[in-house]
Amino acid sequence: MKFGVVVFPGSNCDHDAHHAVGAVLGHQVEFIWHQSENLDGFDAVILPGGFSYGDYLRTGAIARFSPVMRSVERFAHRGGLVLGICNGFQILLEAGLLPGAMLRNRGLRFICRDVWIRVESTDTPFTLAAEPGQVLRVPIAHSDGNYTAEPETLRELERNDQIVFRYTTADGREDAAANPNGSMENIAGIVNRERNVLGMMPHPERAVETIMGSTDGLVVFRSMVQSLLRHAQATA
Amino acid sequence: MKANIWVMLKPTVLDPQGQAIQHALASFGYRSVKDVRQGKFFVMELNGLSREEAEKQVERISREVLANPVIEQFRFEIVD
Repeated sequence: MKFGVVVFPGSNCDHDAHHAVGAVLGHQVEFIWHQSENLDGFDAVILPGGFSYGDYLRTGAIARFSPVMRSVERFAHRGGLVLGICNGFQILLEAGLLPGAMLRNRGLRFICRDVWIRVESTDTPFTLAAEPGQVLRVPIAHSDGNYTAEPETLRELERNDQIVFRYTTADGREDAAANPNGSMENIAGIVNRERNVLGMMPHPERAVETIMGSTDGLVVFRSMVQSLLRHAQATA
Repeated sequence: MKANIWVMLKPTVLDPQGQAIQHALASFGYRSVKDVRQGKFFVMELNGLSREEAEKQVERISREVLANPVIEQFRFEIVD
């Protein structure tokens, strides 16, 4: 089982993601330079957080044209697991691999703090090891995490169980005060229709060891590992 | 040949930056300013295209790159 972490110019959570999968969980993981057009041999690809291309034009808008994104698109269409974290989520939106768009945070500030998110669906390769309704404590660090979409898109996300994480209070209540950035319906993470591409604003890779203050992010990576193992057994 | 391109958030999309500017203006005494919308303005030099080709290409560039159709709209003019 091999994970890949894409490195764009301006990525800054690539090493954190690598550390979470490699050093903490002990799985094979390699960096993938953004010029690379070959994802052969990878079972899962992570688009990490950061400020690819300095957030010029719009967050994720330039990274989307990187050569590696053509391969990521093919990889996703073949059913490969793609996890976009923070800037990675923004890139997936710009690339059209996930629906909707990001606006500047409601309060206009860069927010860097722990938040609580509730697992809304465990029917994804990224959350299958979580309990339904489990509340995770993970940090966010972004200026543009205010998720927005057309009303019809929101209805479709809801209908197809594509909303995977919502911002809540520590005890799992969804209220306006628990929403850090103004995101529609408190959305913190969504998955595509096929359920193999997840985008989330919070950083699970920054909550994988006790010294980080929380290990709640591990469940995302453990879920991916379990899902890949199941898939490998099923096709063996 | 030049293209001037304006990209604005759709009227239905909240513009927190525009709102902050409007609030700042109000507290600075400009109480007649009721609303501010912030957008982007691009100036593009074009080479070797007919006017018709330029219009087609700039429309495509605006739609595919400069604006995100989920939240933004654009308009442009070609200037000789």
